[in-house]
Amino acid sequence: MNNLAFDIAHLLAGGLVLISLMLLYQDRLTSLLNAFALQAFVLSLSVAWQAYVQNAPHLYLTAGIALSVKAVIIPLALRRIIRRLGIHREIETAINVGPTMLAGLGLIALSMVVVLRVTSEADMLAREDLAFALSVVLLGLLMMVTRRNAVSQVVGFMSLENGLILAATGAKGMPFVVEISVAFSVLIAFIVIGIFLFRIRERFDSVDLEAMDEFRGEAH
Amino acid sequence: MIGSSVSGVEIILALPLATAVLLSIISKYRLSARLNAGSAFLTLLAALSLFVRKPEPGPFLLVDDLNILFIVLNTFVGFTTSVFSASYIGHELVKGRLTTIQLRFYHAMYQVLLFAMNLALLANNIGLMWVAIELATLTTVLMVGIYRTHEALEAAWKYFILGSVGIALALFGTILVYMAARPVIGEGPDGMVWTVLIENAASLDPALLNLAFVFLLLGYGTKVGLAPLHAWLPDAHAEGPTPVSAVLSGLLLNVALHAVLRFKLLLAANPGAIAPGPLLVTMGLVSLIFAGFMLYRRRDIKRLFAYSSIEHMGIIAFAFGMGGPLANFAGLLHMTMHSLTKSAIFFAVGHISQAKDTQNIAEIRGLTVSHPLLGWGLVVGVAAIAGMPPLGVFMSEFLVVSSTFARAPLLAIPLVFGLLVAFGALMLKVHGLAFGEPVGVSHPVKASYLPMVAHLGLVLIAGLYLPPPMVAWFQHVASLLH
Repeated sequence: MNNLAFDIAHLLAGGLVLISLMLLYQDRLTSLLNAFALQAFVLSLSVAWQAYVQNAPHLYLTAGIALSVKAVIIPLALRRIIRRLGIHREIETAINVGPTMLAGLGLIALSMVVVLRVTSEADMLAREDLAFALSVVLLGLLMMVTRRNAVSQVVGFMSLENGLILAATGAKGMPFVVEISVAFSVLIAFIVIGIFLFRIRERFDSVDLEAMDEFRGEAH
Repeated sequence: MIGSSVSGVEIILALPLATAVLLSIISKYRLSARLNAGSAFLTLLAALSLFVRKPEPGPFLLVDDLNILFIVLNTFVGFTTSVFSASYIGHELVKGRLTTIQLRFYHAMYQVLLFAMNLALLANNIGLMWVAIELATLTTVLMVGIYRTHEALEAAWKYFILGSVGIALALFGTILVYMAARPVIGEGPDGMVWTVLIENAASLDPALLNLAFVFLLLGYGTKVGLAPLHAWLPDAHAEGPTPVSAVLSGLLLNVALHAVLRFKLLLAANPGAIAPGPLLVTMGLVSLIFAGFMLYRRRDIKRLFAYSSIEHMGIIAFAFGMGGPLANFAGLLHMTMHSLTKSAIFFAVGHISQAKDTQNIAEIRGLTVSHPLLGWGLVVGVAAIAGMPPLGVFMSEFLVVSSTFARAPLLAIPLVFGLLVAFGALMLKVHGLAFGEPVGVSHPVKASYLPMVAHLGLVLIAGLYLPPPMVAWFQHVASLLH
């Protein structure tokens, strides 16, 4: 593999990690969605580059799915949903930027240490791609844990899944990559529909504690 | 597919799918419930035929001695639950909790779920197995949320998000297994075929396998319901229709466990990899003791038994974590007994909550007086699940404990402690439920008692006498598990 191909793959994978960090501190939903669309766009570039480098045309399909579904359709649909629900101006106050960013950096360091130590025998590109992918996965998890809003949790999940696609395309010759990305798209479509139904209902429900207790199954 | 002629494997997979399509267009309740049960019965027969004629493993599907046990158990409980479901759902229709469209949807999803679980068990490809488990998760999410109440939707949402995270972690683990296999097996589909992986297990990169197992255990462990990844389980059990709770507890947890066991085998066959046992033992003990204490504070009857499932999955994970012929034997037996007993309990609980119009434990009393058969069924079921002799669960728990005493006496202390804690809680709760003066509303129920009685009968027989061929079979499977 020549150096340029290697560097470009690196650049794109590193870009994904950076955008994952950016996602962590977005406190407005619309800017969060923008950042996510950017991440999905970079992912599709990265997958397309892998398709070119590995000479694996089926990966272009995965890149196309990432570009059309995750960079365009899902962000647009979510934007419509948050408009409808009237939460597009809301600012999430629950997140604490400083500690969250520190935790994020810690997770990146962790995944570098774990993966690079574990995969000393694998080839360079695969191992560093894997380290980046694991960082993206862990940052996505961190985001799901720190957010309270369903939309931002879903964005966290989708960014986690971007990390998985990065790992799958980095593993040379892995079967089922296209199928897996389709399966995930279905899953995400379900989630988005779910938010829509679920949040709409919640708006009409009263917010009394009795009902919450009943939900926990611990009503008196 | 395997072979040129049609074998049991194809029927096990194709029949539920075809039935699902049919059921999605039939809106007559009687017909669809019968079709549902009939198809589940034929699937059971096809599963039994695998004992007689076992097809050769192909690139996608595999029948070996380990998964036959799971498949037969899966199709059997799938069939009995469909019989229970017929009377349960009939009552829900009469009460107007379900519309005909929801009924069609429910029945179709039930068959898709059976298909997905069978596929996950039969898969010889770790990617296919992952897809099947994702499908099973999606169908159960839809079924849990079917009542469309606030509680049901919230439970479905929670299950969905936690299940998806689990599934995502499992996929990462799957990718890592492929990366470990690639230098040895080469690029392409072979690197994900289970039979090829296990043949070459000794030469796979141990460090990558270790990392993969951590992700797979966290991912599929979420679906097994091991603490601290269990948060979705009680809500999903409590808010969905009771047949779904029975299938979740009795079957879906086993399917995820089967996936964990497969990867445990892979690690065990690699001399350089970490021993997967201690991880399973720890998670098992934590689940057992945690769930044991949680049982005391439950006020919802379905939640109570959901926590009991966490407890028992803990015991099973503990047994498989200990490993060795005796502990594995105990684990397999306990898994079988737990599936039968827990689904029988849910059959009883489903009719009880319909008879009393509530799932609140405090409002249910004196069942043995008001509904003798249901009440005593519940008493026997709870006695079995708590581990009272002479029922089957007692025997498997006894084997787990005695094999632990023989090999690691210190571990036996927390194990026995957890068992006793859970025993106390269940006795306390069932006493209030079953005895005393009946209170509150009390409808007569038109229940089909057959599935409950059949399950409890099997558990009783297994506790008194296990036929030697069955013992030999379990021992054989246990020896495969290392």
